[in-house]
Amino acid sequence: MSSTTVSLNRKTMAEKTIKVFKSLFSKLTNAMLLPMIGITIFLFFWSISAASIHTSLGTFPGPGAVVKQFSSLYSEHVTEREKAVAFFERQEKRNLAKLEKNPDYVTKIRAYTGKETFFDQIITSLVTVTCGFLVAAIIAIPLGIWMGLNKRLNSALNPIVQIFKPVSPLAWLPLVTMVVSALYVSDDPMVSKSFLTSLVTVSLCSMWPMVINTSIGVSSIDSDLLNVSKVLRLRTFTHIQKIVLPASVPMIFTGMRLSFGVAWMVLIAAEMLAQNPGLGKFVWDEFQNGSSDSLARIMAAVIVIGFIGFLLDQIMLQLQRKVSWDKSSASI
Amino acid sequence: MNWKKPITSTLKSVSLSMAIACSGTYIAHAESLGEPEKEELKFGFIKLTDMAPIAIAYENGYFEDEGLYVTIEAQANWKVLLNGVIDGTLDGAHMLAGQPIAATMGYGTKAHIITPFSMDLNGNAITVSNDIWKQMKPNIPKMADGRPVHPIKADSLKPVIDSLALAGKPFKMGMVFPVSTHNYELRYWLAAGGIHPGYYAPHKGDNSGQIDAQAFLSVTPPPQMPSTMEAGTIHGYCVGEPWNQQAVFKGIGVPVVTDYEIWKNNPEKVFGISAEFAEENPITTIRLTRALIRAARWLDENNNANRPAAVKILSQSNYVGADYDVIANSMTGTFEYEKGDIREVPDFNVFFRYNATFPYYSDAIWYLTQMRRWGQISDDKSDQWYKELAAKVYRPDIYEKAAKSLIAEKLFSASEFPDFSKETGFKAPQKHFIDNIVYDGNKPNAYLEKFKIGLKKGDKL
Repeated sequence: MSSTTVSLNRKTMAEKTIKVFKSLFSKLTNAMLLPMIGITIFLFFWSISAASIHTSLGTFPGPGAVVKQFSSLYSEHVTEREKAVAFFERQEKRNLAKLEKNPDYVTKIRAYTGKETFFDQIITSLVTVTCGFLVAAIIAIPLGIWMGLNKRLNSALNPIVQIFKPVSPLAWLPLVTMVVSALYVSDDPMVSKSFLTSLVTVSLCSMWPMVINTSIGVSSIDSDLLNVSKVLRLRTFTHIQKIVLPASVPMIFTGMRLSFGVAWMVLIAAEMLAQNPGLGKFVWDEFQNGSSDSLARIMAAVIVIGFIGFLLDQIMLQLQRKVSWDKSSASI
Repeated sequence: MNWKKPITSTLKSVSLSMAIACSGTYIAHAESLGEPEKEELKFGFIKLTDMAPIAIAYENGYFEDEGLYVTIEAQANWKVLLNGVIDGTLDGAHMLAGQPIAATMGYGTKAHIITPFSMDLNGNAITVSNDIWKQMKPNIPKMADGRPVHPIKADSLKPVIDSLALAGKPFKMGMVFPVSTHNYELRYWLAAGGIHPGYYAPHKGDNSGQIDAQAFLSVTPPPQMPSTMEAGTIHGYCVGEPWNQQAVFKGIGVPVVTDYEIWKNNPEKVFGISAEFAEENPITTIRLTRALIRAARWLDENNNANRPAAVKILSQSNYVGADYDVIANSMTGTFEYEKGDIREVPDFNVFFRYNATFPYYSDAIWYLTQMRRWGQISDDKSDQWYKELAAKVYRPDIYEKAAKSLIAEKLFSASEFPDFSKETGFKAPQKHFIDNIVYDGNKPNAYLEKFKIGLKKGDKL
């Protein structure tokens, strides 16, 4: 009797392990193997079709050419860094010589004057998009909350939001450029005008999903919660703090995630058109150069842009999961 | 003409002051030069090989030798670049010779821009699409070996335009800016072949430059010329290098004539700064001019020996960025016309020889005559007016100070510069134009009367 139970137990144990293995295997296939197969097939078709596209700048770059450009972009970056070190050494010497001649001379270390490498431009783009997004969030979320709380304001502003939401950054850009040049006048500017132009354009284009989602999130709060607030006679500020914000966090974050995606897309276009430093400018410069490497370098930039966009989205997703009580809203 | 002080309206008699001028009273040497007022500078450029002096002054450390920390930045197009210099985002820039003149005159954006340094001679060419070339070619006289006789004149293009016109199709060409050298060279070449390039009428608000035109010219930024022609939007263009050689390499067009053949050793780009900048930072201005002069000499030194090294620098993506071979094709003394038809043009790009860097008044006046010829200046002006405006923009006085300090430091010998004690700022009458018309900078109005096509005295649209 006892032996049968043992054997039965064994059987179920074995079955369980197989089950575990199966599910592990299927998870592994889903997470690793299938994407790998997808990417391989994509690379295969890419290299085949690239070889048959002939442009006036040579054949369209295949994966090999792009990988080669990545390494050459990296080596350019290293050389530029070495040049920067030499630049600062020379500058120090020059400053010392000046001090010797004139002890009152106030030395100042000047920033490196060389070119921005591909990697510098990635960082510039990231900084710009983050700042633009934060500015948008600071405006959009309070506005959204207000609109969500106040039905009348919502109906008053809704048409404006709906009209501005679909406007392309390219349409805003000339206006933003002129306004920034006119208003931002300073002898020793903290940030450059071009940075400000991209930032404002990004903010203008990326705030709308946040406004809309926040206002919807706020206006659709469970009436039970609102009643609790009414019963407790909470003040407006406490009401927002204790009831509205926690209740609408999932929607607000969904909006933020959408907005960040928009911001990244807009930024590349804005940099390209306004010649602001960053990845967009990199692409445009390479297009203008028209050298035989240009297309491969642009393709390298395209991949990096896509990859960064994906990473940004993942970061926002993790953030959303962390702060949101409603885990189901934070799906991929 | 006295360039020792910026010309003001008080200057009455040009010819008289010319006699007193240029006595060379400067005791300029390094010690007296002093430290630059502004050390961090930002210069703009357009992706063309003739921006080379700026790149070389940076790469060879000439700017740093002057205590200047210069950032160099490519600009999207000439208008953006000019606005940058006007609003102060750029401290100086590689400019079309016509730009400071037009800006000071108030054609387009009005702003007082000056130039202490002329960047180069020649360096442009006119390219037509393969299709137009096929139709032009039968009209061109051939040499014994079957290659076309140079210079190719626009006479051979005229029948092509006529047949296009019969079919109701306009003939369109690209140039880089309304006041660009390219616009005037292209117009000069077309008009010399009997093709009317059209008038401007700014007083009527017509800045298209297409009144009475047989060839319709429009603006396209230099780096986009090849792709615009490839797209069929234009039939040809006039632009600086490497964008003509690019057309040959891409197999989309054929350069037919270089500007060297239209006007031998014509002045091209200048280095433009705002008058305000020069006034507030006189030492910086002289110092940057010194750096540019040194760079220009390096480019031409030992019979262009440094050109391959220069091409290597220019082919970097942050400068011109085109392939080494494309840039080298014109920078190293040859020029490829039709695919395989490579000819020697040793002076295609001149940066220092023939006093290329000296800002001659007569060069400025030539641009002014062309502005009048095509209606950008709507009314008649006196010879005096031409000279005064030229003196307001072109500043050989700053150049002279820079040159003299270089001589004093023994970096240059006096023979490498014009003889400052005799220099009037006017070149002797120049004969080498494609239509054999002689240009004398002292008589702009008389010069205008010599053209068959173009506005003359009393003409107003």
